[in-house]
Amino acid sequence: MVPAVFAVATAPDGRFDAIPMDEGNHPPSLNDLDARLRKARGKAHPANAAEGKDVPAGGWGQAMRVGLELVSGLAVGVGIGWLLDEWLGTRPWLMVVFFFLGAGAGMLNVYRSVSNLGYGVGYGGAPAGDDTEGAEKEKEDDKP
Amino acid sequence: MAKPLEQFEIKTLVDIPLGGLDASFTNASAFMVISVAAVTLFLTVGMRRRALVPGRWQSMAELSYQFVAQLVRENVGTEGRQYFPFIFTLFMFILFSNMIGLIPYAFTVTSHIIVTFALALVVFLGVTLIALIKHRLRFFSFFMPPGVPLYMAPLLVPIEIISYLARPVTLGLRLFANMMAGHTMLKVFAGFIVVLGIGGIAPIAAIVLLYGLEVIVAVLQAYVFTILTCLYLHDALHLH
Repeated sequence: MVPAVFAVATAPDGRFDAIPMDEGNHPPSLNDLDARLRKARGKAHPANAAEGKDVPAGGWGQAMRVGLELVSGLAVGVGIGWLLDEWLGTRPWLMVVFFFLGAGAGMLNVYRSVSNLGYGVGYGGAPAGDDTEGAEKEKEDDKP
Repeated sequence: MAKPLEQFEIKTLVDIPLGGLDASFTNASAFMVISVAAVTLFLTVGMRRRALVPGRWQSMAELSYQFVAQLVRENVGTEGRQYFPFIFTLFMFILFSNMIGLIPYAFTVTSHIIVTFALALVVFLGVTLIALIKHRLRFFSFFMPPGVPLYMAPLLVPIEIISYLARPVTLGLRLFANMMAGHTMLKVFAGFIVVLGIGGIAPIAAIVLLYGLEVIVAVLQAYVFTILTCLYLHDALHLH
């Protein structure tokens, strides 16, 4: 059986008075409102997409981001070393140590931001399969 | 010739000495007030009629709302909902500050590192607090990458901590550097116009192009700041 709404759409003359009045038809937009609402509610529970996938990454922007990550890691490292030196009175040594740690942190940040080509941080965007497993798990957690 | 950095000068409008502190109302504060007022006006007046079929203004207000809502939904997930007001406020404030800064003679609030850094620090502290409240001591496992042998910990944990502490620095620095560089460049080219006389048409053309680029940068940087906030929030809530 063809649904009434369907019949309207396929009416040869396409006039609106083809709607059978006796069946108490709603306009189609209200008829499937429930379905659309359900669909929209389903959208509110997506698998958490942690990767910044939609970030437009032009060449210039990416280059700037890499430079920024590298320098800020280093700067924070040196800053911490300097403050600790000030506090403990071990003038150059902790700053030297934290210089290298900061350089490491900067490179780590660069690696992270480049390897998943987004602004993702932490281990969420790490390559290999266990990431998708995590997303699956989260999806299940969100369901009820 | 006009100095390209003159536009970033802070001028005191109303002198308010608060104890030993200088809490004066400056042009920076004035433009922050202006952008907050502009956002409020844009959203409240735009939504005043609440038409089912939105007009132009209401459309813009709804679009910006939906844009950020989708950003939060996609990048933080369902738990991110309760933080949406903050993120939306952040986005609108940065966007309007950037855009108002592009009006000639206006002051760009976000071209001062102290402003962007303060914003970044609020995000950083807030996100860290959320993570601490939600995960308590388990938060500190964040600094130990999974699957790493224990003898590597003395080296890796400090690196991870530094890399975590570098977040607000990059967040603030990125917005600041983009805004400041763009505005300086505009002013430098504007200086050429006066010097070159008739030949100044070339720098005018360059400025028109640069100005378009600056509008993109203004929106893009507001977006980047917001999406990074979302990603940090996601990290804090889910803790990999």
